[in-house]
Amino acid sequence: MFEQRDSALKVMVFRRMRIAEVIALIISTILLLRLFQLCVIERETYTRLAEANRQRIIPIEPQRGIIYDRNGVPLVKNLPYFVAQLSPEYTSEGQIQEIADLLKIPKEEILEKIKNRRSEIEPITIKEGLSFEEVARIEARHSDYPGLSVSTTFIRRYLYGSIGAHLIGYLGRITKEQWEFLRQEGVPQDAFVGQWGVEKVYDDLLRGRYGKKIVEVDALGNEVRLLQVVPPEKGQDITLSIDIEVQKAMEEAYQGRAGAFVAIDPNTGEVLALGSLPSFDPNRFSRGADPDYWRQLSQDPWHPFINRAFQAQYPPGSVFKIVVAIAGLEEGIIKPSTTYTCSGGIPFGNRFFRCWKKEGHGTVNLKRAIVESCDVYFYEVGRILGIDRIAEYARRLGLGQPSGIKLVSERKGIVPSTEWKIKTLGQPWYPGETLSAAIGQSYVSATLVQLARMIGAVANGGYLKELRLLRKTEEINSPQSMVQEISINISQETLNLIRDALKGVVNEPGGTGGAARLQGIYVGGKTGTAQVISKAIETHKLAERERDHAWFVAFAPVENPQIAMTVFVEHGGQGGSVAAPIARAGLESFFRIKKMAIPDHQGD
Amino acid sequence: MSKIFNRLLHLDWMVFSIVVTLSILGILTIYSATRIPEYTVQGLFLPEGPGLKFFERQIIWLILGITVFFGILFVDYQWLKRLSLLFYVISVLLLVIVLVAGKKIMGASRWIDLGLFSFQPTDIFKVAFLITLAQYLHDLRTRLTAGVIFKIFLYFVILPVILILKQPDLGSAAIIFLAFLCILLLYGAESRFLKMAIIVSLISLPFLWPVFWEGLKDYQKKRIQAFLSEDIDPMGIGYHIKQSKIAIGSGGFFGKGYLRGTQGPLKFLPEKHTDFIFAVFTEEWGFFGAVIVLSLYLLYMLRGFDTARKARDDFGRILALGIVVLTGLYVFINIGMTLGLTPVVGIPLPFMSYGGSALLSNFIMAGILTNIRMRRFEIFH
Repeated sequence: MFEQRDSALKVMVFRRMRIAEVIALIISTILLLRLFQLCVIERETYTRLAEANRQRIIPIEPQRGIIYDRNGVPLVKNLPYFVAQLSPEYTSEGQIQEIADLLKIPKEEILEKIKNRRSEIEPITIKEGLSFEEVARIEARHSDYPGLSVSTTFIRRYLYGSIGAHLIGYLGRITKEQWEFLRQEGVPQDAFVGQWGVEKVYDDLLRGRYGKKIVEVDALGNEVRLLQVVPPEKGQDITLSIDIEVQKAMEEAYQGRAGAFVAIDPNTGEVLALGSLPSFDPNRFSRGADPDYWRQLSQDPWHPFINRAFQAQYPPGSVFKIVVAIAGLEEGIIKPSTTYTCSGGIPFGNRFFRCWKKEGHGTVNLKRAIVESCDVYFYEVGRILGIDRIAEYARRLGLGQPSGIKLVSERKGIVPSTEWKIKTLGQPWYPGETLSAAIGQSYVSATLVQLARMIGAVANGGYLKELRLLRKTEEINSPQSMVQEISINISQETLNLIRDALKGVVNEPGGTGGAARLQGIYVGGKTGTAQVISKAIETHKLAERERDHAWFVAFAPVENPQIAMTVFVEHGGQGGSVAAPIARAGLESFFRIKKMAIPDHQGD
Repeated sequence: MSKIFNRLLHLDWMVFSIVVTLSILGILTIYSATRIPEYTVQGLFLPEGPGLKFFERQIIWLILGITVFFGILFVDYQWLKRLSLLFYVISVLLLVIVLVAGKKIMGASRWIDLGLFSFQPTDIFKVAFLITLAQYLHDLRTRLTAGVIFKIFLYFVILPVILILKQPDLGSAAIIFLAFLCILLLYGAESRFLKMAIIVSLISLPFLWPVFWEGLKDYQKKRIQAFLSEDIDPMGIGYHIKQSKIAIGSGGFFGKGYLRGTQGPLKFLPEKHTDFIFAVFTEEWGFFGAVIVLSLYLLYMLRGFDTARKARDDFGRILALGIVVLTGLYVFINIGMTLGLTPVVGIPLPFMSYGGSALLSNFIMAGILTNIRMRRFEIFH
């Protein structure tokens, strides 16, 4: 019937069919170009996405290196530990509630962790320290919750608890900044890394290398096939220079008081003991932090998180007399035979500068002045030296500058001088302040490690040693360690005189450091009692926080020093009666001597 | 016998080869997409269930389709005219039945379950619709003015389209409506109608859009939003587009190789053996394979246009055009969807996607097309 119809219609239909063919060709071309764009131009991107789709990377935690003390006693061990991990991309909204019920944790906690995740491809830890029963429960439900898995890892157990906690340190969850830095090494987003002490400083050695397991997963998160396993490498064991027995003896000798101590080998610079009290039990927040314990510690008025051995600085009190004595001898201002007469104090300007002994020491030479810690003698010497010469010797002995110990946030103390005072306070130096500085008061302040290095230099014949935390043999392997020491440029004659005087402090009648005396071994030492407030009030009447700081520096044996130390008791009272016995406890432990009864000694 | 032999000589082997090739590529891809990966680690996998596997069922449907294809060739397509109205009424009735007694799969009742197999009434309706429309237009003595077109729309389109939307099957309804417009435009609708349609739709769109939008199901809204921005619902519908693009893009120029694709069997790509089969195919066969498949579809369409030109009567011409238009729309919208160019409307790719009644209806259409071409020189009874 077409033949009978309008032929114009046929023409139009044929023309429109032609147009339709062209349109089909154009659409085909558009599809073709799009295919070309995806398959050829952007191929790399999509190939990567396809791989990322099907591969799940599961980090395998390495065993952390063990920390030993210098005698090979292990200080930590690794215990197996189970954590529940969740891959949110394989978990539905409803499953999260079920998983929360299964693990008996609030749902909000899981959602919060999902919100705060740092890496999109790694699973997140939702519960720590699973019991075996919980592990079994999770494994049994694996087919229901493919996103939920158990990861076996390790928890650090600190075998000595709070003993040496400040030095050994602890692990904590990696911070965002640390993770940005370490992620290239395969460290996962919720890894535990060293956050304090040796654990932090030697984290690179101890951590080892993370391994990984790459598995093929389907869209539901089921593991289909194991593609690749890179085994982890165990962290390196390290041997500290610490003697845990000495550490323990000294911490126990504090009997609950606050303070700090540092003991070093003056010949090598190895740190033998280093502690700060009050301490904390790192086992209680090494993993799965106990928030109550953490809060309790951070609110403690005695600030247990400050390492008093180097993160705080204190006026050194009479310990500073060693500096003034050396300066006086070296500058030729005094000879060993030089005497001054102490009548309990001297007037200077419009003030009266007291000696700690009200009745006075009478006429004393240098040695007696050191042995009995006569303030007046050092007022006189200091007055002649002047503050700038005192400052020069203080700096030579390592004060006012970081000791370079490989632990974080070290303070550098203050060595005041006229220039220092103008710069920092914008005021001129008053001559009276020199007298206070000469007995380690006024602006003078130092850290314990500085004083330990100083007394070490006095003991070893004049060398400030680089402080080491690892046994010498091992540290040589690590790149930054070169055996280093700085000569203090003090004559042997002077050092002999000082050592002899310090021996007298402990061993001679009237010496302030008698409480540190040992049988069979000569100990040299110097007491210090640093005023916290400058009023002459009987110590026992002061509130605890206003009492003097007690100091004692020591080295032994005097003829051939093996150990040098600083002991500090915060608001402890007198150095001779409070700090010296702690030093003795450490020395006894170091020389492995049975404790013996030694009468208490009075005096600064 | 000599008559049959003579007809086979005139048989358009090209259309047959194209659709069989596409169907076989489809079956190979269905096998690959639904194969069970080696679950060596945990062995957790839910198999398809008892009975035949997807590719095995598709093979049966293909054999059935080829049989029907040749069956159609023996009857002159003119017979379809007589049956068209009956055919049409039955297919609309099936669309009603599916709403009442259909099998619900994922919230949509599109299937009628006959125990041994299930089918989609929409697939049957498509064929009936094309035949009826062709007959009506052929019998029409007046010019195709806007009024006439609106009348045809009321008679043949509005009821079934609403029924299909009720299932809900937005994709099929939209394609049937689009096909209707395209056929009329091709078959002589006045150009004034075209201009008017464009102007009316442009003016009414802002007013009708909210009505249309409110009438959509949530998942339909999501699809449109996801099409406009992939990031809106990355784990939902945007996820489909993203995974489809990943499958296609990662195929590269020559593909990962047959049975080497990962997006389908590892279930990253949803609807891998049905609506997104082109993506699975391209992941394994690459740009190269995709171009071949695209060319085969284009060739099929051009052959259809050619058949329309050469058809011995108007009925055959309109029917051939209808088949080309409908198939072409399915192909372009489906492939466009896998490439992230058109919105995700759940429609299959003709001949390749898994689905028995769709494959069968496509073979019926291919058979009709071949029939029209074969009888182009025959004289009327």
